[in-house]
Amino acid sequence: MQEQININVRRSLLGRARGVGAAHSGVGHWRAERVTSIALVPLTLWFIFAMLQLVGAPHEAVVNWAGNPINTVLMLTLIVITFHHMQLGLQVVYEDYIPQKWALTLATLGTQGLCLLLGLLSSVAVLKLALS
Amino acid sequence: MKDVRSALMVAHTSDGRTVRRPLSPHLQVYTPQMTSILSIMNRVTGIAISAGTALLVWWLVAAASGPSAYATVQWFIGSPVGLFVLFGWTASLFFHFYNGIRHLAWDAGWGYELPKAYATGWIVVGATGVTTVLVWAVGVFLARGV
Repeated sequence: MQEQININVRRSLLGRARGVGAAHSGVGHWRAERVTSIALVPLTLWFIFAMLQLVGAPHEAVVNWAGNPINTVLMLTLIVITFHHMQLGLQVVYEDYIPQKWALTLATLGTQGLCLLLGLLSSVAVLKLALS
Repeated sequence: MKDVRSALMVAHTSDGRTVRRPLSPHLQVYTPQMTSILSIMNRVTGIAISAGTALLVWWLVAAASGPSAYATVQWFIGSPVGLFVLFGWTASLFFHFYNGIRHLAWDAGWGYELPKAYATGWIVVGATGVTTVLVWAVGVFLARGV
């Protein structure tokens, strides 16, 4: 037997349906998470092969490796997409576990800022290795 | 009604009655299953890889800074703590990699049936174990040759 309840909600059905859910937004975030994950499948395999080639390598070998334009571009692509995917994924974790709005905003923006800074730092490091 | 959210959790049945929408049961109600454990592991490994990426940033910045900074990061990676972090990072990366592909298959509409969900789950666990050990075996072999 269904529970009978009677509530007078002064909002339209559309108004109640809109913006519901932790993200308060459409499929953009979900889609970006999937698209970046597809790109990371081949990039991760390449990265593991690349790192195995550089196990215990001397400094000159790393400089030579980064100087190959294919390695430079793939490494930059890996960095950009990894940090983007990381930020998207961590945001979902925060949305599930942080109930306070201010703390959620702080954690999300903080992570976005950190991912931007670390991504730029890594990219500049790769470019310096490649171009010097 | 204690909480305004309760007012949002109402719906209409096809015969027009107002009903309360079902809420998810709390986590402690569930018996742990392989599928739910892997789902949680996907999150845990995602967080672990994110934290471990700091090591990659350090390695790249050190290499760009010069031979002495590079020697420092290479010393850390070769230390017991560094090897432990790197091993955990490798295992987490492989798990998240294989389970991510499993998620993409689900997104494409494939593999929702319970036997398939369990089979792909065990494949993820097996593939993670095998490739982590394999990559480390190759890595250790190459490191001895240097």
